[in-house]
Amino acid sequence: MTAYLVRRIATIVPTLVFASILIFALQQLLPGDPAMVLAGEERDPAVIAHLRETLHLDQPFPVRYLYWVRGVVHGDLGESLRMQQPVRTLIAEKLPVTLELACIAIVIALAIGIPAGVVSAVRRGSGWDYGANVVALWGLSTPNFWLGIMLILLFSVTLGWLPASGYVSPFDDWRANLAAMIMPAFVLGNAIAAVLMRHTRSAMLQVLSSDYVRTARAKGVRERDVILKHALRNALIPIITLGALEFGTLLSGAVLTEQVFTIPGFGKLIVDAVFNRDFAVVQGVVLFTATAYIVLNLVADILYAVANPRMRVG
Amino acid sequence: MRQPFRRLMLALGCVLALAAGASAQTLRIGLAEDPDVLDPTLARSFVGRIVFSALCDKLFDIDEKLDIVPQLAASYQWSPDNKALTIKLRDGVVFHDGEKMDAAAVKFSLERHKTMPGSNRRGELAPLSSVDVVDPLTVRLNLSAPFSPLLAQLADRAGMIVSPKAAQAEGDKFGAKPVCAGPFRFVERVAQDRIVLERFPNYWDKANVHFERIVYLPIPDSTVRLANLRSGQLDFIERLAPSDVAQVKGDTRFKLTKITEIGYQGITINVGKSDLAQKNPLGRDPRVREAFELALDRDGIVQVVMDGEADPGNQWVADTNTFYAKNVPMPKRNVERAKALLKEAGVTNPSFTLMTPTTADAQRIAQVVQAMAREAGFDVKIQSTEFATSLDLADKGQFDAYVLAWSGRADPDGNIFSFDACKQPLNYAGYCKPDVDDLLKRSRTTLDTNERRKLYADLAAIVLKDRPIVYLYHRHWLWAYTNKLDGLRAIPDGLVRVTGLRFR
Repeated sequence: MTAYLVRRIATIVPTLVFASILIFALQQLLPGDPAMVLAGEERDPAVIAHLRETLHLDQPFPVRYLYWVRGVVHGDLGESLRMQQPVRTLIAEKLPVTLELACIAIVIALAIGIPAGVVSAVRRGSGWDYGANVVALWGLSTPNFWLGIMLILLFSVTLGWLPASGYVSPFDDWRANLAAMIMPAFVLGNAIAAVLMRHTRSAMLQVLSSDYVRTARAKGVRERDVILKHALRNALIPIITLGALEFGTLLSGAVLTEQVFTIPGFGKLIVDAVFNRDFAVVQGVVLFTATAYIVLNLVADILYAVANPRMRVG
Repeated sequence: MRQPFRRLMLALGCVLALAAGASAQTLRIGLAEDPDVLDPTLARSFVGRIVFSALCDKLFDIDEKLDIVPQLAASYQWSPDNKALTIKLRDGVVFHDGEKMDAAAVKFSLERHKTMPGSNRRGELAPLSSVDVVDPLTVRLNLSAPFSPLLAQLADRAGMIVSPKAAQAEGDKFGAKPVCAGPFRFVERVAQDRIVLERFPNYWDKANVHFERIVYLPIPDSTVRLANLRSGQLDFIERLAPSDVAQVKGDTRFKLTKITEIGYQGITINVGKSDLAQKNPLGRDPRVREAFELALDRDGIVQVVMDGEADPGNQWVADTNTFYAKNVPMPKRNVERAKALLKEAGVTNPSFTLMTPTTADAQRIAQVVQAMAREAGFDVKIQSTEFATSLDLADKGQFDAYVLAWSGRADPDGNIFSFDACKQPLNYAGYCKPDVDDLLKRSRTTLDTNERRKLYADLAAIVLKDRPIVYLYHRHWLWAYTNKLDGLRAIPDGLVRVTGLRFR
């Protein structure tokens, strides 16, 4: 297990270096001159020249990359030129918000997706199965921004139960926080629940038709235990990966949902930064998310190993 | 230890205020974008100016008729040669940090605008050569040449006076904690979430300030902005979508204010920015551009694109503006004449690419223009391009025609000089004519309004015939707000003045 862990962690370093080069290079490929965008409506040539110098845009590509990496290694992700705040501060400010949103969303997704998947697999071909499939299809095919606006119109404008948008920290007022988070989290969770449900269903179907399940049933194990202990536990492995990946996607920014509900999280941060060519923010946030992704994958791998001892050897 | 605690308490306070809903003392304003840095010297966005109008007083302001009125200034006088402007300052004005707003502070602020690296005000104050402190309440601005737009510049960010003590202490981080002399002082800002200001008790015109707090909430989606107003979480929203006007009008809980902007929406044509200009009949031949303009029905465009929420226009200022050139009235659509002109120019089915940013109204403009121009024989290809990329292409001259809007400035010079004078930064058309340059320079050095009007009429006669820009319309600023709100002033620059505002 230790050797496996060490080997797994060692592969992170080259992955990160490669990711950082990719992030930086892709950013440079973006058309449009960042200095020109940041110079605002007037586009004063003196301002543009000053911005070029500040952003090291007058330097060749590798030099710019090294400037950036030198900062990153020292824990300095640079400064947002548009907002004049260190990228680190912005990430520290936005991450908890997105993290909270992602956690609530994933809980909603799991709470809906897994039971629905299990039920529709066990009651295959029944009304339950078709019902769950229709709901899943609806969840997958409903655009987030549309569902979001519909929910706002219903719960905020018509019923007046929930705030239409905005964010309140849970440490200030957990009720207001929950009220603000429930709609966006549901919108996000709804789409993921559909994916989870479909995967749980197909994994369960596969497992339920396997020999050891038949054996378990033949031994006279209670049906409930067959499903939950024998089948579900084995079916969970792909679901864990999927859950981790979906969580990673949520972290990299539930862009549209955050935009609709005006949640000041990662998604909004990065979209605004891309449109304003605020390079430092884009690079910092993408690097951070890439790292989070890699770590989450590692965690998923470790969870595999815990769930399936055979993988510890491989 | 004390600082974080205070900040925590402040944050807690304003969050509670937000959560508690409609506190009678708090005005909550929904903005269409998140403002950029709140430093008057470095700021560059339109939406930032909305926040500044509560935060930072200026030497002058403009009123409903675009006339210049004193704000931090008490009075002013031009020297006989128009090369020096002496400003008497209002007495007893203090900054948010308690420092005195005096001649030295004005000198400091103007010099900061002029010299700070990255300053966006340098160009606006270009002819300002030095500032003299005459006495504690009098400054003299010395100019290298007479400059008629100066007062209008001083009625915008270039005229905002900041506390020298705070500006020196904070340096280029001043925007994170701006200290000015406006009716409200800065409390906190959470990027992309909110900007909180509180009433400044020592404001010089405090009798006209009726709110304890203002919270600005950037909500980019106009539907969501309106939903927040309708659910009572906002008291005021700017830039209502034209398609939502009917809904707001039909609801007695809300009021609507419409103001014709000082900017414009137009189509910039590459007439000399790059070789492409000569390769395309549109850029090469003024007759083809005239035919293009005659193919367009501005009323139709306004109806389709803006739901009627704009005034059709053919010049850089609206026809209500005192500098509108009456000698060049808006042409009516005339497809026959357009076809005849194309024939005269010897081109059949001229084809060009219309580059447009990806915003919804720019896209609609492109589609309507394409359909209208087709009737006269034009083959318009639409090229939708993300805004930053489109700017880059425009700057490099890699376009035939470009849908571009300008937010406008109070003085007409701000709407034309940088666009039509040779080699100016916003001259994407690549237009350059010595006689136009001469007229533009003279309009800057002439202070007499009547004489300037004549100069602009001469300019219009040339520029509107050459058509480096085909002007289409002037949008309406649409403000929707709770009917409890009184005292709103409709200033054409689209910035909300918070003094005088109150809940009934």
